Amino acid sequence: MKTDSRLEKVLKTGGLAVTSECGPPRGAVPEKIREKAAMLKGYVDAINVTDNQTAVVRMSSLAACIFIRQMGLSAILQMVARDRNRIAMQSDILGAYSHGVDTMLCLSGDHPKFGDHPMAANVYDIDSVQMVQMVKQMRDEGTFQGGGDIENPPKMYIGAAANPFADPFELRVPRLAKKVTAGVDFIQTQCVYNLDKFERWMAQIRERGLHEKVHILAGITPMKSAGMARYMKNRVPGMDVPDELVNRMAGVPKEKQGAEGLTIAVESIERLKEVKGLSGFHIMAIEWEEKVPEIVERAGLLPRPEV
Amino acid sequence: MITAERKPMEEIMGYVEPCQRILLVGCNECVTVCAAGGRKEVGLLSSALQMAFMKSGKVLQVKELTLERQCDPEYVEELVREIDGVDAVLSMACGCGVQEIARRFRDKPVFPAVNTSFMGASERQGVWAERCQGCGNCVLGLTGGICPIARCSKRLLNGPCGGSTGGKCEISPDVDCAWHLIWERMKALGMEKSYEQVMPARDWRTSRDGGPRKIVREDLAL
Repeated sequence: MKTDSRLEKVLKTGGLAVTSECGPPRGAVPEKIREKAAMLKGYVDAINVTDNQTAVVRMSSLAACIFIRQMGLSAILQMVARDRNRIAMQSDILGAYSHGVDTMLCLSGDHPKFGDHPMAANVYDIDSVQMVQMVKQMRDEGTFQGGGDIENPPKMYIGAAANPFADPFELRVPRLAKKVTAGVDFIQTQCVYNLDKFERWMAQIRERGLHEKVHILAGITPMKSAGMARYMKNRVPGMDVPDELVNRMAGVPKEKQGAEGLTIAVESIERLKEVKGLSGFHIMAIEWEEKVPEIVERAGLLPRPEV
Repeated sequence: MITAERKPMEEIMGYVEPCQRILLVGCNECVTVCAAGGRKEVGLLSSALQMAFMKSGKVLQVKELTLERQCDPEYVEELVREIDGVDAVLSMACGCGVQEIARRFRDKPVFPAVNTSFMGASERQGVWAERCQGCGNCVLGLTGGICPIARCSKRLLNGPCGGSTGGKCEISPDVDCAWHLIWERMKALGMEKSYEQVMPARDWRTSRDGGPRKIVREDLAL
């Protein structure tokens, strides 16, 4: 084992791992984080905490991860390259690890243009691939990127994202391969709606044997309504929602669309369980965390292993 | 070249309003090519300012002059003959030109009439786009001649983010995804394999992050 990460231990068992995520509140309200995390207790192996997602200011991922740790749950610190230079990143990683946060996700981050501070400076000192390299160096060599020794190096289990649906498609596996070369341990993908395309992507992963070097968790996001399906399809960059899915959501009465969205999520998991080389699921129920237990249960992913 | 755009009239008026005589100085280099501050634009701005003054019952005397290069002390020296008696200098050069005038004439106010934008190239008539950020350590040899530092919105060095769609950047359909362009070039050049070499974190000291930069050429210095 490289780390004490609960996610690493679950993945080591060879069973399917389940992670989910919490978006921190837009205010100093720790109880919101505790409420969301409490809903997920016992249903997932670890909880991602987003880092100012869509470039909108929220409580810091690090602070929210600490609250989750204090509840005895496992937190995954998300960190984007948009807001911090390498000095701030490494400092936060030391802080996180000191609080028992031993798993993180290295991301580029959404451009500030999409957020509530489009006038903010864009940092991008390093990119997500270089962030993976840096965290691995801190863990395995016990040194900062600048070369200095670290006292008690942070043993972080290192994750990154992959979007099989962005363009150019032919570059999606090579880009993942770069993250593997950089030293990533696990991957959480963009929300999977186009299952055929995802399976084609996974086939390419297996062809190159990458599934033996990195654990891949498929992203699942239940849709609340036909409106959300259309929004995801047309307005979210890099999202691939097939027409048939939008039509299926639109084909049921409004008050039943949420239930239909949950059923689609469960069906997706059932089908993807059969995909060779897949290591689990990352369920992102956006402001709908209370539905995660139902999805996990209906998809037959309970009980979560004791590790 | 360095591109620029003329500032809004109200802002320029805000600078020169208290003046009675100004020296309006253009530059014959980049700002001429991008039609922001050459001889022609000096003439247009001069007329516009004089008309604006007349409207409010005042008179503005404008001496017009377009230097060969405003960023070069040798040419800025030409202003010595013109500058006496003016209340201020209004420069239509890039920020380098404005600062050169400020350095040479310490007791004379100098105001910018343009916003200096970026180092870029002309895409077609009337359209310029950013191409270089002057990072001081060129990577174009590794990226098929297309710069990810200047042209990727997140200056990513290891490939396109998850927001690249149909060759366009997530920030706008008007912005090309730099990594899409790089990948197409790499394919055309048979460089696909080199894509998978991880580009390590950069040393930004050669860029603005290392503090204001200076080039000293001992072989040329007098």
